[in-house]
Amino acid sequence: MNTPVDNMLPPVACSLRAAASPLKGAMPAPRHSRLRGIPGLGRARGAAALAIAGLALAAVTASAQTKPWNDIGRYATPAEVKAWDIDVRPDFKGLPKGAGSVAKGEEVWEAKCASCHGSFGESNEVFTPIVGGTTKADIERGRVKNLEEGSSFPQKTTMMKVATLSTLWDYINRAMPWNAPKTLTTEEVYGVTAYILSLAEVVPADFTLSDENIAEVQKRLPNRNGMVFYEPLWKVNGKGDVKNVACMKDCPVDATIRSSLPDFARDAHGNIQEQNRVIGPVRGADTTRPAPKALPASGGTPVALAAPKPAPAAAGAGDAKALVNANSCTACHGMKNKIVGPGFNEIAAKHKGRADAESYLLSKIRGGGSGVFGAIPMPPQPDLKEADARAIAQWIAAGAP
Amino acid sequence: MSKDLSDVIGRVLPAPENHLSAEKLELARKARRSFMGKALAMGAGVAGTAAGAGKALAAEGEAAILQLPPHSVGLGQPVAMDGYGKPSKWEGNLQRRESPGLTRVSQASVSFTPLQGLFGIITPSGLHFERHHQGWWDIDPSQHRLMVNGLVKRERVFTMDDLMRLPSVSRIHFIECGANSAPEWGNVALPSVQYTHGMVSCCEFTGVLLSTLLEMCGYDKKNGKYVLAEGADGSSMTRTIDMERAMDDCIVAWAMNGEMLRPENGYPLRLVVPGIQGVSWVKYLRRIEVGDQKYATKDEAIHYVDHMPDGTHRQYTGIQECKSVITTPSGSQTLLDKGYYNVTGLAWSGRGSIKRVDVSVDGGRNWRTARLEGPILPKALTRFNIDWVWDGKPAILQSRAIDSTGYVQPKINQLRAARGTRSVYHQNAIQSWRVAENGEVSNVQVY
Repeated sequence: MNTPVDNMLPPVACSLRAAASPLKGAMPAPRHSRLRGIPGLGRARGAAALAIAGLALAAVTASAQTKPWNDIGRYATPAEVKAWDIDVRPDFKGLPKGAGSVAKGEEVWEAKCASCHGSFGESNEVFTPIVGGTTKADIERGRVKNLEEGSSFPQKTTMMKVATLSTLWDYINRAMPWNAPKTLTTEEVYGVTAYILSLAEVVPADFTLSDENIAEVQKRLPNRNGMVFYEPLWKVNGKGDVKNVACMKDCPVDATIRSSLPDFARDAHGNIQEQNRVIGPVRGADTTRPAPKALPASGGTPVALAAPKPAPAAAGAGDAKALVNANSCTACHGMKNKIVGPGFNEIAAKHKGRADAESYLLSKIRGGGSGVFGAIPMPPQPDLKEADARAIAQWIAAGAP
Repeated sequence: MSKDLSDVIGRVLPAPENHLSAEKLELARKARRSFMGKALAMGAGVAGTAAGAGKALAAEGEAAILQLPPHSVGLGQPVAMDGYGKPSKWEGNLQRRESPGLTRVSQASVSFTPLQGLFGIITPSGLHFERHHQGWWDIDPSQHRLMVNGLVKRERVFTMDDLMRLPSVSRIHFIECGANSAPEWGNVALPSVQYTHGMVSCCEFTGVLLSTLLEMCGYDKKNGKYVLAEGADGSSMTRTIDMERAMDDCIVAWAMNGEMLRPENGYPLRLVVPGIQGVSWVKYLRRIEVGDQKYATKDEAIHYVDHMPDGTHRQYTGIQECKSVITTPSGSQTLLDKGYYNVTGLAWSGRGSIKRVDVSVDGGRNWRTARLEGPILPKALTRFNIDWVWDGKPAILQSRAIDSTGYVQPKINQLRAARGTRSVYHQNAIQSWRVAENGEVSNVQVY
């Protein structure tokens, strides 16, 4: 969020300032209507403003911007800028007025956040944990002890890292909830931010976060002093922090292999043979088998030529598949793997043979539920069209993927 | 048959019927008015001849030469059968792939470019690596808008029509994710170059220079020190770019490799920030804001920060420093035999162009300088090649790039000495590939 330059020009640029202000004011419609609102004066004042705007436009065009493409595009209206300019800076410029309580935040959290981030911000193996690893001493010092070398704390949570409270507010506001970003109200964003802060014991449980006290809360962030601006890796012409020399002969190296891929991970990325070309000087190794004893050419294990993979099935293989993608079901359910919720294959297997599988699944899809596959609840999906929900239910009842 | 052919050399070739039996000839005549029928008859005729020659030919040479295949004696496919052509069916193994376990949700994940199978410096559009933070979209370009606001004299809105009227540039640049090779800060974790280095791609991008737009909008030259780029997708990715970068070589791009951007790569508009990590190349670009302070967005305050040994994080470390990797032979490939190999790979630097690449086959004790293939462009991938005769004994292959600033690609232990082992980003160490006696190549760390 930034104020346009014409309000901030230094006095030395007063001629430009005089030119630029009416220019900007003249173009968007709302300012005209304000002028027109003055009885008796409106018409004359409006015309004068337009005339000045015309002069200003000519002046600007003549001075710095004489390119023939200069006027391609159009002015943004104030409403348009307001609609899109939602960023909040570390100095809280851009933060909308408002407030939200920890209690309000908890309510929103349980409904819209907990299924991915856990009830206490600890997450559920899927998303980065948000809360944990910070202490009262960290809040005092503004540095998180668990980030230091030698710490045995296993994770780096958001609250351990974040040094700017604006970042949390801005990101929740622009990108959360994950499958319905930008749908929280300002009060809800304040509330959710307050709830996270209360879980990290930065604010008390009865706290209400607002635009007026947020700068004070910033002063209690556990890692507020933990960020360093390192210019050599920001500027293209910087020198960096690591120096190697281009030794060419008998260089001092230790030939010991310090690390290699463990045998158990040989096929962790699938069969690499099927990820390499079937011609050329090399082949992919068949990682589904142990390493061969000898070179292929020496009569050892022959390198089987991997059959080229047929083109992947067309996306239209099933309307239901398209539907579960389009409705973000796949954010939580994999085709054949658990993510937050069970894989579609798992759901299909569980209800296989059930006479009322379709209607049962339809009710679960529409109404949500928990307890069948674990404690993490599936939220209701009121926005899902009845026909779509039915198609998905039929698809799962028929065995899914 | 050869006698018959020698008889006709220098003359007009007889129609294929001349080589057919009486029955085949009759069949072919009946099929004469049918194009396909004729082609079938031709194929059948040759198959008959080859079968007749039989085993005698096998002794004379290879069947692939002596027995003409269907494509040499038949009629091929018509034009425009596929309005947008695809790679050969034999190339299906080369696909961008996810790394199992790296992420759990495929809308906020990565797919890796199969560097092990690519040539030259241009990444085919369909194999360009993907990184999405909140899923990808295929946006209606007629409804897409770019807004420029903040410290500018004129806050402006541009349609795609507007942008594509403006003076454009076409430039080849690499894009590398800040987390490329990151899983190996501590130990070897990945089997092949697709997963160790596949978050780098290089394409020709076409668009209008960001500087052109900023000039058009009359940006504040005194106070406008930074630019915020913002995407139109769910994550509305935001990243801070310094004004010096913005006015230098950043491109507001709509095209990639001669066609419009692919949806996965930000169709219809993305920012190109040469030399800077991919997260700054905001996709579905909707807004550019000029400001006087850095923005500390989520991906420059919580992620894409370098965790240092003293517990601090370095913020705004966006430069992708000089790096290289041998792509063939590389991890989990198998050398079929001893003897000659053309060792080939890629080098790049976010600070400029590649000056030199050295290659070692003995784990870094001795080095030879590789041949650089042209063009050698700033902030673009550069292809290198070097001859190697493998004697069948264990070997460790490494490449080491030097860029136009004189910076030498470091060893992993040198990086760790400066930044520890808990960082997740900006790992540009020399990669080591061990070649075993059985021909298998594996990923190792040696220094």
